[in-house]
Amino acid sequence: MSTYRTEIMLCGGTGCRASGSEEVKEALKAELERHGLNREIRVIETGCNGFCAQGPVAIVQPEGIFYEKLKAKDIPYLVEEHFLKGRPVKKFFHKDQASAETIPVMGDIPFYSRQQLIVLKNRGAIDPEQIDEYIAGDGYMGAGKALLEMTPEEIIEEVKKSGLRGRGGAGFPTGMKWDFAHKAAGDTKFVLCNADEGDPGAFMDRSVLEADPHAVLEGMIIAAKAVGARQGYIYCRAEYPLALRRLDIAISQAREYGLLGEDILGSGFDFDLEVYRGAGAFVCGEETALMHSIEGKRGMPRPRPPFPANQGLWKKPTVLNNVETYANVAQIITNGGDWYASIGTEGSKGTKVFALTGAVRNIGLVEVPMGTSLREIIFEVGGGIPKKRKFKAVQLGGPSGGCVPMSHIDTPVDYESIAKVGAIMGSGGMIVMDDRTCMVDMARFFMDFIQDESCGKCTPCREGTKRMLEILNKITSGQGEQGDIELLEELSDMIQDSALCGLGQTGPNPVLSTLQYFRDEYEAHVFEKRCPAKRCAELLDFVVDPERCKSCGLCFKNCPAGAIQWKKKEPAVIDKSKCIKCMSCIVNCPFDAID
Amino acid sequence: MAKLTIEDLKKIKEKAKKSTSLRDGEATVKITVHMGTCGIAAGAREVMDALLEELTESGRDDIRVVNSGCAGMCSSEPNVTVEMMGQDPVIYQHMDRNKMRQVFKRHIMHGEVQTDFALARMP
Repeated sequence: MSTYRTEIMLCGGTGCRASGSEEVKEALKAELERHGLNREIRVIETGCNGFCAQGPVAIVQPEGIFYEKLKAKDIPYLVEEHFLKGRPVKKFFHKDQASAETIPVMGDIPFYSRQQLIVLKNRGAIDPEQIDEYIAGDGYMGAGKALLEMTPEEIIEEVKKSGLRGRGGAGFPTGMKWDFAHKAAGDTKFVLCNADEGDPGAFMDRSVLEADPHAVLEGMIIAAKAVGARQGYIYCRAEYPLALRRLDIAISQAREYGLLGEDILGSGFDFDLEVYRGAGAFVCGEETALMHSIEGKRGMPRPRPPFPANQGLWKKPTVLNNVETYANVAQIITNGGDWYASIGTEGSKGTKVFALTGAVRNIGLVEVPMGTSLREIIFEVGGGIPKKRKFKAVQLGGPSGGCVPMSHIDTPVDYESIAKVGAIMGSGGMIVMDDRTCMVDMARFFMDFIQDESCGKCTPCREGTKRMLEILNKITSGQGEQGDIELLEELSDMIQDSALCGLGQTGPNPVLSTLQYFRDEYEAHVFEKRCPAKRCAELLDFVVDPERCKSCGLCFKNCPAGAIQWKKKEPAVIDKSKCIKCMSCIVNCPFDAID
Repeated sequence: MAKLTIEDLKKIKEKAKKSTSLRDGEATVKITVHMGTCGIAAGAREVMDALLEELTESGRDDIRVVNSGCAGMCSSEPNVTVEMMGQDPVIYQHMDRNKMRQVFKRHIMHGEVQTDFALARMP
């Protein structure tokens, strides 16, 4: 075995792959071999590092140097300069967008240094396809302790002490859920993992599955012991091929070591897992629909009670938890519930992973202690709003959630505080919006999604959201009428009260939330036929204001229809007969000169 | 593969920790082999090879080997800087395979600075 002096931890998560990390990996291996360095330097493909918008990223250990936006054609130079001659290449260092300074060492980059990693502890640091590397970090020690030294009651007690709440969005106390299932009668019980992650813009679970799949397996083994289950399923959406592959590899490696199967670690406890590929619908992330899907039926929810803890999959007692919830469990058992409870707030313990996207500089995956303020997440970890625009609102919780405006930016992120301002924590999607986002259009986008994904079983959701979408489309295309806004409110209340499952019950949330804080925007659309954010194409005139136009020519250069006439030092003029209302001119104008 | 016991798990952990130790940031020794163009021309590659062989044999997981560019003393290349926790750094000059092995065995493993090859202690 030769000793490596340097390891290049290259991110192979889906985000970085989409930016070309596979080609970078091939180029790195080829160049290292060409220089004869491949016996002292190795390339390890890790899971998602979280800084997806800057991908492909790589971390060089032991120096901890962070490289971003690597391209295959840059690799020969990089290998020669850094790995042969020992001179790290500044050109590929992280450049802080706000201060424009380059930061070579990962630990100094604010995006990373301000996070506290529990769920994401292994990200970018291990090869997720090598079970030994997971074990190096105390992997499966928690399962060992739970199986060999603890009773189910003791495990449940520890989880209750930790204060862990379900990370899928509802925040139900995990220990309590396991207790119900543990006390339920019956010999056959199931442990399920919800890896469907349907919220648009959310990729927390994807990252955990790609970077550290064993953490989820270990959590499920511990849950199975607590509850008395012998079989588990991971319901993973089919749109995550890399996560599915990593899960398959992890499960087969765990089985090889006897960590899944019969008599695990000699404890006498049997437990095995299977992966079930998702059926392609958002509603399958709803617990009862998910179970129907595994049973081979169409993913449609059913009324509760009976709750899954008593009657779930195939009517047996079932525990269903989110990927992120399970990823916390092993550390809670090894370090103790009190350790976990020491982080976070009174009602919301531990950390939470957020997918920070939208109009923010540092787009990526962020894990922070509960109780951190939105301001800190968006402006310090996230680096603030780019292009000199102003913060308008942040959408939390995807299509079930709500928006939080500037007036509440100091709200700490925990279940209760967020609910008080009219939003929900949700599974972790956090979409930042600037002053160019139309809140009505945003609500319409989520309602469109809900309508698409409605399973159709109950009338309030199937018909109600359809009508809500119709009204929203009317409003954003300039045909809003007196009474439309009130009708939206009435429909929302009715659907919330009577829909069968969470999809319908929370579907109206974005509309209600935007009405609460941005009613004036709705009214401008309806009564003035005006879109204050200049986003709804039907409400725009597409006329250049010669006073504001600085003759920069950007609109002209970006118009795909050749509809703009522009000469240097003269204001641009838009020919309406050719204009296709694609918005390219407005989006690119740095002086806000087009109405 | 046989089913593991907790003891087996612990053994795998110890072994795997060694091979992933580069990433956890704990080290007591850092050895820099200067490999600028002057260093490479003077034979730093051989010095690096010898160092890595000694490192593998020693089985230590708290020693970091890095390369760096030219330090400016081109005429005395190959140069190697040894930094041990709690001690001043030492620059060795005119290194070759044999001297590297000697420095590793005597200085790094036993703490005896090889003053014959050393330039000076950097303050």
